[in-house]
Amino acid sequence: MQAPPETRVEAVLAFADDELVLGWRDSEWTGIAPFLEEDVAFSSIAQGEIGHARALYELAAGALGGDADALAFDREPDEYRCAPFVELRLVGDWAATIARHWLYETADAIRVAALMESDWPELAGLAAKMDREEAYHRMHAQMWAERLRQSSESRRFEDAVAELWPHALGLLAAGKRERLCELVGRSPVEPVERGTHTEELRPLLEEMTLVRRSVPGAAW
Amino acid sequence: MIWEVFRQEREGQPFQHGGSLEAPDFRFAEIYAREFYGRRNESTGIWIVPRETIREVADFADLFDRDYRRVDGYSLKVKLGEARERAGTA
Repeated sequence: MQAPPETRVEAVLAFADDELVLGWRDSEWTGIAPFLEEDVAFSSIAQGEIGHARALYELAAGALGGDADALAFDREPDEYRCAPFVELRLVGDWAATIARHWLYETADAIRVAALMESDWPELAGLAAKMDREEAYHRMHAQMWAERLRQSSESRRFEDAVAELWPHALGLLAAGKRERLCELVGRSPVEPVERGTHTEELRPLLEEMTLVRRSVPGAAW
Repeated sequence: MIWEVFRQEREGQPFQHGGSLEAPDFRFAEIYAREFYGRRNESTGIWIVPRETIREVADFADLFDRDYRRVDGYSLKVKLGEARERAGTA
């Protein structure tokens, strides 16, 4: 295999970091989601995102050397490339969580569709595989978004979407944002760009890497 | 709203009751049924049915002891024995 250009690997790492951190954030609802069925469904979505992260890290590790776990857990906070959007700690606020879920899945569909056309065959194949699973995530997000919009407290959902919108725009490369505006029916605003981090990332990483740092090489 | 879930384990087999779940409408029920009864490829098909549409039929009175209506009303073993005797093959 001809080594893919560095920028391509960087983009894969950024994508992996998005999926890992969002999967972690979504998993914070496990045990406390609004009702039992949703608890299982949302936890499954969280696991799905982390599974995608692993596959992307493996792909990146193949190009960079090292292994997926090292990429996922052994970097310094500043080395993570995830968008601030996925770092926000929204557990406890279901309206905001669904707002992010819906915005993320809508943006992600644009990103995955583009990657399916990649001339890096392994990446195109992986994107196609992810897309089949993401279809269920999108269905889930869409159905919840509609439900909250029709509820008597639709304001809470709409406010959360408005508040998260600049963050959501920052998830995508500049050329793909116009499509996102069309899909969610909002005007472009100044995006919260990738490359900076919220203060919430460091405590998240500390918790996420606790076992690995405590017992190097632990496996279970 | 409660939904009853029926699942088929293998192609061609009858659907059997798997359990129930709570969901506000068909779309939610479909997603949750997929999570609870399909995620590990344990079903080849799933039916979801609103519990309220199920009509329970019970109370099967048989006050006149018409046991001839039942398949066990006739003892085939005895009849076969008699038939063999008549035919002289017993």
